[in-house]
Amino acid sequence: MSMSLLQVLIGGLLLGAVYALFSSGLTLIWGMMNVVNFAHGDFVMIAMYVAFMVWKLFGGGPFLAMPIAAMLLATLGIIAYFSLVRHVMKGPMLAQILGTFGLALLLRYGMFWTFGANFQSLPENLVGGTYDLWGIRIQASRLLAGTLAIVLTITLHLMLTRTSLGSKMLAVAEDSTAAQLMGIRPDRMQAIAWGLAAGLTGIAGALIATFFYISPTVGETLAIIAFVTVSLGGFGSITGALVAGLLIGVIESLSGYLIGAVYKDIVVYTIFIAVLWFRPQGLMGKN
Amino acid sequence: MFKTMGLMKGTAMAGAALVLGLGLTGAFAQNTVKIGAVYPLSGNAASAGASAKAAIEVAVDVINNAHPELGDLTLAKDAGLPNLNGAKVEVVFADNQGTPAAGQNQTLRLITEEKVHAVLGSYQSGITLTASAIAEKYGIPFLSPESVAANLTERGFKWFFRTTPVASDIAKIYMEFLKEMKANGTKVDQIAIVNENTEYGTSIAKVIREAAQANGLNIGLEIPYSANTTDVQSQVLQLKDKNPDCIIFVSYTSDAILYMKTMQALGYKPPILIGDNSGFSDAAFLKSVGPIAQGAINRSAWSAGKPGSVTDRLNEMYKKKTGYDLDDSAGRAMQGFFTMVDAINRAGSTDPNKILAALKATDLKPNQLMMGYRGVKFDEKGNNIMASALLIQIQGNDYVSVWPKQSATAPLQMPYKGW
Repeated sequence: MSMSLLQVLIGGLLLGAVYALFSSGLTLIWGMMNVVNFAHGDFVMIAMYVAFMVWKLFGGGPFLAMPIAAMLLATLGIIAYFSLVRHVMKGPMLAQILGTFGLALLLRYGMFWTFGANFQSLPENLVGGTYDLWGIRIQASRLLAGTLAIVLTITLHLMLTRTSLGSKMLAVAEDSTAAQLMGIRPDRMQAIAWGLAAGLTGIAGALIATFFYISPTVGETLAIIAFVTVSLGGFGSITGALVAGLLIGVIESLSGYLIGAVYKDIVVYTIFIAVLWFRPQGLMGKN
Repeated sequence: MFKTMGLMKGTAMAGAALVLGLGLTGAFAQNTVKIGAVYPLSGNAASAGASAKAAIEVAVDVINNAHPELGDLTLAKDAGLPNLNGAKVEVVFADNQGTPAAGQNQTLRLITEEKVHAVLGSYQSGITLTASAIAEKYGIPFLSPESVAANLTERGFKWFFRTTPVASDIAKIYMEFLKEMKANGTKVDQIAIVNENTEYGTSIAKVIREAAQANGLNIGLEIPYSANTTDVQSQVLQLKDKNPDCIIFVSYTSDAILYMKTMQALGYKPPILIGDNSGFSDAAFLKSVGPIAQGAINRSAWSAGKPGSVTDRLNEMYKKKTGYDLDDSAGRAMQGFFTMVDAINRAGSTDPNKILAALKATDLKPNQLMMGYRGVKFDEKGNNIMASALLIQIQGNDYVSVWPKQSATAPLQMPYKGW
């Protein structure tokens, strides 16, 4: 019993780290320019298909798929910024929402068209296998995803707070007119933010693909968690997304195990609403 | 002069041909039979919906063109519907998007705007529930080829029919199988049911529970869950703790795949694993996790049979279109479609009341079917009393028939092997 509980906790933490990883891109874009990217989940979905193709064409695992997916997705993010986001940002809030939502549908149905509705899956042994530590089973693919998630989130946080590029990006986020007067080009910074965020979804997708199914609608399933993670952690807070992701992963696993799978969403969303009731800015968001 | 005559003659003939041609197309256009099909073409069950659509399209080809090589199969021999002057069938597909609300709206659109003469659908029981209510309201025949939830035929509907084996038939098959296992000395003291929590999973779980009680078998654990879930570790750990002798999964595709992956990751396998159709029958399931679900048992009424047989020929037609073998779910969609069109042909009319009367009088024999049912004949509630199924098992890359013994093509392999 206690052994199972430990297994549940570890499973929950690893799951939570992955939630954090695919949420960090969403929170970055929100923090940078107050745009909610509804296509976020579908970016992750595209990255999962990239990982699938990398395996299919070259037999490569996540270490080959990650850089390729990151580069492709970063390019996609920058294209999306210049061709769509930059224009809809000038419009009303509704235009931004519908703009990125339209992008989400375009990507989703584009994949339906290209790959069909079928579910795909990478072979189970692509990453390591499973470690057995005194009866606790840890899947190598989830361990890799979880560890990289934490490392990447911290790196992103340090980049934003400790480097000159990060300061410039935050300056644009705070007051883009003032930043422009200081010689920073907001357009360029925001394009970089989109590229960075989309690149992160590329890495996230390539990692998730090693232990999840791949289908054109998988982004829809994942996006809901990303939104909950980001608002619980505090919109715009990278470390908040990490804490919230881990928290949700553990709560979900524990309540699913102790109370029952159908009730886990009730527990997660009750806590979610309670936190937002007392702290509308989220756990680590600024007022 | 002669030239003018010739020209006039030519013009007259062309005119006559034009009139004749128009008349003919007019007559045919009137006689096109339009059938609506509401399936999940997007959303989480889209792969099953796409398979059903392809299967129905193969059936349309079989009906609209002459296929004497398909023997006694309903409406295969001649082109079109003989009792409606060779009228062709046209199918209007609509996307239920995996939600009951969309299924309802799309059925309404098919009936009121597309003016379809009958509706087929809608894969997920929870969506068939709402979609068929619209057809009932408008007095249009609705046939569900694959929804098994018990309550669908308990609503006193006049226009609702289904050709598939229903929840109680399925539960009966599982119980008979498990009782036989028990009699042969296999331990079956505790059964676990793991079911997705919409209409389909809930109703099958309930019927299995009741059937188990009636047969003196013990259900020790029931785990309902949401099919849209991102993680099933906690459910698998609950199973691992209880360690039942048999697990019956009632799942759609994405969740069935997640269960197989997670069970392998957590190193857990039950001695007997039954996956009830839907997710486990999806060709995508077999392709993506077949290698780690060796020995999984499923129900089916479809078998491609020997090379050159009618079923084998249909399978080849389907394979040419999709690249996959026909699976049980898509096969049931095809059989449902044939049944509906056969009724319309026998009605000799697209009048809803005449189609209804013909559906009620349906009495198809096994040689007219492509599925392994004992026939198609509806009771007063609209259930097919001749529906049946057998058990199949994943062995290697395919499902093979294993139970009951007289229909087995390969010996049953026990216990569940997994990977």
